[in-house]
Amino acid sequence: MTHPGEITRRELLRRIGLTAFVAGPGAGLLSACATSGAGDEPTSTPTGSIAVSADPKNPFGVDAKKPLEVTIFSGGYGDAYAKDLHEKMYEKRFPGATVKHNATQQIGTQLRPRFVSGDVPDVVNNSGPEALDLAAMAGEGQLADLTALFDAPSLDDPSKKVRDTVTPAVLDNAKIDGKDLVLNYTVSHRALWYNAKLFADKGWALPKTWAEFKALGDTAKKEGILLFAYPGQKGPYYQLWNALYTAAKIGGNQVLIDIDNLVDNAWNAEPVKQSVTAWVEIQTLYSDKAYFGLDHTQTQVKQLQNKLLFYPVGSWIENEMAKDKPKDFEYAIAPIPDVTAADKMPYGAIQVGVGENFFVSAKGKNPQGGLEYLRIMLSKEGAKGFTEKTLNLTVVNGAAEGLDLTPGLKSAAKAQDAAGQNIITDARFEGWYKELFDYGTQQINVVMAGRITPEKFCQNMQKKADAIKKDSSVVKQTRSN
Amino acid sequence: MERLRKYGFVAAFLAVPVALYSVFVISPYIQAFQISLTDWNGYKSRLHYIGLDNFTRLFGDEVFWRALRNHGILLLVLPLVTVVIALFFAFLLNLGGGTRGAGMKGIWGSRFYRVVFFFPQVLAVAVVGVLFKAVYRPDESGVINGALVKLGLDPVGWLVEPNLALWAILAVMIWQAVGFYVVLFSAGMAAIPKDYFEAAALDGAGRARLFFSITLPLLRDTIQVGWVYLGIAAFDGFALILVLAGDKGEPDGATTVLPVEIWKTAFTYSKVGYASAMGVVLFFLTVTFAVLTLRTTRRERIEL
Repeated sequence: MTHPGEITRRELLRRIGLTAFVAGPGAGLLSACATSGAGDEPTSTPTGSIAVSADPKNPFGVDAKKPLEVTIFSGGYGDAYAKDLHEKMYEKRFPGATVKHNATQQIGTQLRPRFVSGDVPDVVNNSGPEALDLAAMAGEGQLADLTALFDAPSLDDPSKKVRDTVTPAVLDNAKIDGKDLVLNYTVSHRALWYNAKLFADKGWALPKTWAEFKALGDTAKKEGILLFAYPGQKGPYYQLWNALYTAAKIGGNQVLIDIDNLVDNAWNAEPVKQSVTAWVEIQTLYSDKAYFGLDHTQTQVKQLQNKLLFYPVGSWIENEMAKDKPKDFEYAIAPIPDVTAADKMPYGAIQVGVGENFFVSAKGKNPQGGLEYLRIMLSKEGAKGFTEKTLNLTVVNGAAEGLDLTPGLKSAAKAQDAAGQNIITDARFEGWYKELFDYGTQQINVVMAGRITPEKFCQNMQKKADAIKKDSSVVKQTRSN
Repeated sequence: MERLRKYGFVAAFLAVPVALYSVFVISPYIQAFQISLTDWNGYKSRLHYIGLDNFTRLFGDEVFWRALRNHGILLLVLPLVTVVIALFFAFLLNLGGGTRGAGMKGIWGSRFYRVVFFFPQVLAVAVVGVLFKAVYRPDESGVINGALVKLGLDPVGWLVEPNLALWAILAVMIWQAVGFYVVLFSAGMAAIPKDYFEAAALDGAGRARLFFSITLPLLRDTIQVGWVYLGIAAFDGFALILVLAGDKGEPDGATTVLPVEIWKTAFTYSKVGYASAMGVVLFFLTVTFAVLTLRTTRRERIEL
């Protein structure tokens, strides 16, 4: 009954089956998209530096007629600060110039092909889960040198250089391969965050030592409150940070600097072990394993319901939870209690770090305009407006003066004053060696859940760090402070 | 001439799909093979060939072997369980009611059930993921754990216990797949001539006998196709695992699968060459599986 031209239903299904495995799991295609330029040798080595003009009013020699393209990551900060503020300020400075605004949550997906093909935006706010790999970008000469920006006169006071108007961490964190290529724009305060109103109501004081910390844990337990919790889903890196900052508190910032520099046995150092051991104990005695399966938002909502006291996070938490925050909840920062009697940093040390990357494209159509745009962002007006719109502080010194700060930001500022010189540094391997950082966020869950010992955690991390060190395809970075 | 006219007609219809398929499927595949021989990082404007280094490294990578182990479990369980459940339901829906008048009938309400079974197939995978995140939530707010807590039991960390996570995700994959195969097998059963069943029933065959001696052998080709589909699904699992477990094979590498590793290696770690090598290996795994399945289960066709 079959003749050659006829395709039976089953035959058809079978053919679909056959084609389906060719089209199969699309993953094979994922990586193959943009190699049109394959085989082309770059004609010249890009330098990335931009000529500086002599005019102090227009230090980069911006051509007022040239358009400027700005790409903003529209995440937690939104994009209104750029669209309604910084871009308007640019257009006001250069009447006739148009700013093309582009907001996305997929920075990498959207921009990677553009950087390969050469049609690039001038200013990029590189952030979010799909951010571009800046070390790789720097290797291709895609990032403009920001030295000219840092040496340019400040918009507010031409007698001052931009580099003298920002917090010094900006200059440390600008470096990739020894060059100033990245601008970090926001300042955040990381330690343990808690509800100050709850503590006032209960008459509880902040624990200063690990013994006091655990005593408070016992007290809270009687009221059905957990002393501490972190999200095991999506946000376990909060606890990785927390453990690393605690290690720095015990052993000094050198612990983190060694880890960042991939120094042999940096992860096996005693302070790292002590820190992880202390936190595992807290997790076991005063937390709940259900949190290993909750994400950051679910955990943060639980804190708003006063189901847990301390949450390891940064000062953005207040704005992040603003919509859900009940009236009787007041965010405040608590320093990490002393783990040992001989911690290198005294009680009160907190982490103050810079974040939110911006860069100017070296191969863009208007790199001068890009530098000028960053200079506008670093003016007091630009920075103050950012704080007003996002409730987050910027790296610009004194830019928040006169603003009515939220209780959380006030508490952070106070804690920073109290900490003085005892500021815990940031762990930069998060940006430098993402693979190591990802491995750490996975391993921290394993050790906190008690499935491996703190010693094993340190050994595993060391093994991964050694592998990264040996991997020639990973560009290495170093830091001295 | 006759032949030319016939195939010319077919070719005219195929031109557009073949062109689209070549541009969007075949050419990226070829490119993936090319990139797998380089150390391209996704940013460089030229390719630097490094021979088979990526593959040598891949075979020494423990994450790769962990992913293979997980794919192995999925490959064994997913097709088997899904096909068995789908066959059972399809039989009940189409033939389970026994003979009634002319031919076989499904059990009472079978039309309604057919729609219900197909529901999960209508939902996007991401929606299914979010849905089951709520079902599996590890505290008393979870659907399953809420019930357990009410019964006085301790909540279970479905997605956070290394021994449970993959099975919990597997259950979701099966739940979502069954509906489609019920419909597929129902279509196959509808094509079996009714007189076969009538004759067998007259001879005194019960439902079980009807199923094993008539339905199953005559559905063989359809089941084979279903098996290949499900095997391919076992090499995927990307979206569901990403939503339910995360991109790091949490917990403890229990949910590490190649598609997620490829995605992460290429776009987070900027090792596009290495990721392409994984893609190439995945391609060969999938092809080998499909060819093996079709070869080993081949046999003479039964003409209906």
